This record gives sequence, structure tokens and C-alpha cells, in this order.
Amino acid sequence: MADTILTVEDLTVDIPIGAGTLHAVRGISFDLKRGETLCIVGESGSGKSLTSLAVMGLLGKRIKRDAAKLEFDGKDLAAIGPNEMRALRGDRMAMIFQEPMTSLNPAYTIGDQLCEALHLHRKVSKAGAEKHAVELLGKVGITAAESRLKQYPHQLSGGLRQRVMIAMALMCEPELIIADEPTTALDVTIQAQILRLLADLKREMNLALILVTHDLGVVARIADKVAVMYAGEIVEAGTAAQIFDNPAHPYTRGLMRCIPVPGKTKPGEPLGSIPGIVPSLVGGIEGCAFRERCELATAACRKTVPERTAKGGHRYRCVHDIASAKVA
Amino acid sequence: MLAFTLKRLGLAVLVTLTVSVISFSLLHLSGNPAAALAGENATPADLEAITRQYGFDRPLPVQYADWLWNALHGDFGQSYYFKLPVSSLIADRLSVTMTLGVCAICFALFTAVPLGVAAAVRPNSIIDRTALFLSVAGQAMPSFWFGLVLIVLFSIKMRLLPPSGSASWQHFIMPTIVLGYYAMPAIMRLTRAGMMEVLNADYIRTAHAKGAGAGRVLFKHALRNAIVPVVSLAAVQMGFMLGGSIVVEAIFALHGAGYLAWESISRHDLPTVQALILIFSCFYIVFTFLSDLANAWLDPRIRVG
Ligand SMILES: Nc1ncnc2c1ncn2[C@@H]1O[C@H](COP(=O)(O)OP(=O)(O)O)[C@@H](O)[C@H]1O
Ligand SMILES: [Mg+2]
Repeated sequence: MADTILTVEDLTVDIPIGAGTLHAVRGISFDLKRGETLCIVGESGSGKSLTSLAVMGLLGKRIKRDAAKLEFDGKDLAAIGPNEMRALRGDRMAMIFQEPMTSLNPAYTIGDQLCEALHLHRKVSKAGAEKHAVELLGKVGITAAESRLKQYPHQLSGGLRQRVMIAMALMCEPELIIADEPTTALDVTIQAQILRLLADLKREMNLALILVTHDLGVVARIADKVAVMYAGEIVEAGTAAQIFDNPAHPYTRGLMRCIPVPGKTKPGEPLGSIPGIVPSLVGGIEGCAFRERCELATAACRKTVPERTAKGGHRYRCVHDIASAKVA
Repeated sequence: MLAFTLKRLGLAVLVTLTVSVISFSLLHLSGNPAAALAGENATPADLEAITRQYGFDRPLPVQYADWLWNALHGDFGQSYYFKLPVSSLIADRLSVTMTLGVCAICFALFTAVPLGVAAAVRPNSIIDRTALFLSVAGQAMPSFWFGLVLIVLFSIKMRLLPPSGSASWQHFIMPTIVLGYYAMPAIMRLTRAGMMEVLNADYIRTAHAKGAGAGRVLFKHALRNAIVPVVSLAAVQMGFMLGGSIVVEAIFALHGAGYLAWESISRHDLPTVQALILIFSCFYIVFTFLSDLANAWLDPRIRVG
């Protein structure tokens, strides 16, 4: 069994819009080992969801995916046909979405939808599938699991629905789970519960987990690796320790200033924020995409951005050599 | 759900009563029923006698109350023309109308739903355009004209199908197509619009993420949700077609209730017309009611509170 479950090299996602092309994901690379958690962080519109969907092969027909390498457990995802891809989806790789309220089919019961996930990939009896569903509902912390099977999505709260989505993703015991902002739509207290659940499950089942979030507090708690995305690129990537101890890229540093630190941040004190918005990615960008918002921006930022090694030993992309320069 | 059902039922009864009052008044004000009954060669004395015998000289509300009382007991009076009880006359003809209505709605559903789905899956494709053309043509073409075109083509030119009558199943083919084609455009467009919306829903992406195949996603996950309003529409149309098949039945001389209505109107056969209007409106009301129930039943969000 190969140790590396997912390899992504130079992944691009292009969306044709009107006259031009939106280069939503621009040449990103990462890999993931079994049992590892990779957190992808970055603000809205940076291409996190498209990256997730690209790996799952769930981009629509209109959207173009390209990669130098896209391998799942040694299997080239770019080369296999739609049927083989379908057989992987839901079986060996599963996805949890941002919107639990609308991600379940309103016309079918929870039980139907859970069992379907299993029936699509395994030969099991109805009773066997239901037993498995009840087990998993228990595992994701849903009480009275048996009676839940007969309920419809509209009868459950958002937090419960997201638990059901997680149970559904686990039905075939996948090796990789991609969770795209699984808690963004939920109440703060529920958010913490769901994240704890994911972290526990991942440890227990030796899952490889890609967790998309823009909450760095969450990242600090559960990530092994972190990739910081900005405007369709990974601007900085490394282990959680590297990123948190020695953030190099000005964007990462900006994000860090946005998290409250217990003990340091006084109540009522304003948190840092990064002014400006993500630039338009239609037609592509010359030079650094962050320069408009960057406090270090110079004329050199219009040129090609090199990849550099930070003080912690991880990689980041910036015109400035932040590891040697003295930056506050 | 019970309260909802009872409320709708009460409303349905009120609407039926209103329809009967209006149609009764209009029919009795539109001409002298005694004259229609007596025939062309009647003397004033005959008219006088008939008026007295049938009670046409009484005030209209009294006549209506009398008619309603009998109607509630299943007695719609005697047909002026056939000299038979209207109730048994209509009962005989209803089976033809029902057969036609059921065939027509099935024809409409089995053509319009697949077309609507195909059009939604590939918007602006050849299929979509063809479907749009068919539905525009269906709305623009009057039933009587379409019926005549079919008769000319299939009965006169090709001699494939009988032009009129209701003796065999072949007699029902052309009327089914004409009546069904009338219902098709609305069903098709509603299916298409519903599918377009549902296919963009998050739960469709979930179904793909589970590894469901294209057909399963389309029919099990998408159509099941998009079809709910279509079923309601089809029920309403069914009610409308059972009452509105007059033109189609007349063209093809199908001896159903619609044809009877047409005959009776031209013969001033008041009791028959009155009873038919009531029955047609009942169909419409009953199927509209069924449509609401179907809607509630098919949508778990309404059914399971
Ligand atoms: N189906 C689509 N059609 C057009 N643009 C899209 C589509 N999906 C995403 N985008 C655009 O691509 C960019 C990246 O989107 P996304 O991956 O959803 O960002 P994130 O998940 O990081 O918030 C955004 O600018 C978004 O508007
Ligand atoms: Mg997103």
C-alpha cells in the first residue's frame, strides 16, 4: 500500500465566461499521505472549492481541468474514464459540502440516502445497509439513529444534517475525505462539535482529510499540513508548525493577524484585517496577485514571482526574500 | 393534512353550487324551454299546456330548488330529446369520455416529460429547439384544425385509421393525439423548467459525489423533485380535458359526454345540458382538488410536518 494517497501537480481550472476565461486555479501542487490532514485556507473566491471539486472530478462539463499529475493511490485520475472515476467517488474518496441545508435530497429519507451510498458500491442486503447506516449515525453522534432513518432532511437541524452528510461520506469507508468548509453554515457551538468529530473520525479511521476552511483557529487545532491559497495559487505551504511559527508570505501573515489569540488579544480590541479584495482572474494575472493589497509591494512585484524557502524550511511564493529580510 | 382536506372539500362544494346556479339561470333565461320541448309545429295551446306541466311558469328560484333537490337524489330529469332519464344517458357516455381523457393525459405525459427532461439536460440543443417548436405549434394550432388535418392524412389519404365513431380502439388514436397534444406544451415546459432548476441543486452534486451514475442522478434524484408540480398540473388538465373534450369528440364523432353535450345544445335539450355542465364542472373541481392532494402527498415537506 503506497503511503501517498493523493498527488496533485500543477493543477489548473479554467472557466470559460462570456468572451474570456476565468483562471480560477492556477498551477497548484500538493500531496497527501494516508492519515494526514491538509488544511486549505484562504478567503472566499481563492479557488478552494474548485480545487476540491477538481480532485473529485465533480467540475461541470463546462469547466476545464488540467494537471501535470493527478494521482489517487497511484491511479492517474486524468487518464481514467468517467465510469472508473464514478466507481472511486463515494467509495474510496468522499466529499462533504458547505451547505448541509440543501445538500440532502428533500424527497428521500435519511435512511434511503445513506443506504444508497453503500448500495452504489457494494453488494449488500437492504437490512445490512440499514444496520451499517445506524452504526455510522451513532458514530457521528446522532442519537435514536434507528428512528432517524425514516426521517426526511427537512425534519433535521443544520448540525444534524451535516452529521448525516459525514455519515454518508463514511458509508464505504473511504481513504480520502474532502470537506469543503463543512461548518461555515452552522452555529459557532455546532461548528466546534463537527470539527472535533471530523478530527476524531480521521484519527480513528486513518483517513486522509482535506479540510477547506478560512478559519485559522481550526487549522491550528487539526492540520498536519497547511496550504494557503490566494487568487487561485498556493502562496505558501508547509507543516502546520512551519506555517504558524514562521509565516512568510505577507498574505499568510495578514491572515494570522485576523485570529484572536487567547491571553494576547484583549476583549474588544479590533482584530487585524486585510484591506482590499481578490483581483479578477479573468484573462490571467502578470506578477504577484496579492500586490494590490500587500504592504511590501514594490515595482518588482509586477514581475514573475519566484518560489522561495522560508525560515521554517517550507516553500512560499513572493518577490521578497522574507526569510533573510527583516520584516515586522 | 385533514384540516387542509376538509377546507378544500368545503370550497369545492361551494364552487359546484355556484356553477349550477349560474348555468341554471343562464340556460333558463336564454330561451323558452317550453318552445324547445314542444317542437316547431306547436300551437300556443300546446305551449301553454307544456309550460304548466313542467312548471316553467313558477319563479326561477323555485324551479332551481326543485331541480337541485332532485339532482341531489341522482335525478336530473328526462332528456327532452331522447325521452330517457338524463342520469342513465350520461352514465352511458361517460366511459368513452373517461377512456379518451385517460389516454390523452397518458399520451401527453409520456411524450412531454421525456422531452422536457431531454431539453433541460441539453438546453439550446436540437432536442430543446424541437421541443420548443412542438410546444409553440401545440399552442398555436386549434384542436379542430389539427383534428381535421389528421383525418385528411390518416383516414382519407392513407386509409390507416377510421375517421369517426367509437367502436374500436383504433377510433381513439387520433382523438387521443389531438386532445393529448393540447395538454403537452404546458407539461413539457414545466418539466423543463423544473429540471433545469433541480439539476443545479446542491443535492444533485451530492448524488454525483456518492458515485451515482448519470441516469440515476437524472431520474431518481432530479426528476423525483421536478415532477411534483407536473403531477399537479396533469391532474388539473385531466379535469379540464374530461369536460373540454367537446370539440374533439364532435370532430371525431366519438359518442362520449362531450359529444352528447354538443348534440344536446343544438337540440335545446335543457335537462341534459344542465346536468352535463354540472358534471363537467365537478370533474374540474375534483381533479383540481386531487392535484392539491397529490402535491401535498408527493412532497414530504408538506406531508410529514
Ligand atoms: N461555476 C462557476 N462559474 C463561474 N465562475 C465560478 C464558478 N465556480 C467558481 N467560480 C469562480 O471561481 C473563483 C473561485 O471559486 P471557489 O473555488 O468557489 O472559491 P472558494 O471556494 O475559495 O471561495 C471565484 O471567483 C468564483 O466566482
Ligand atoms: Mg468555497
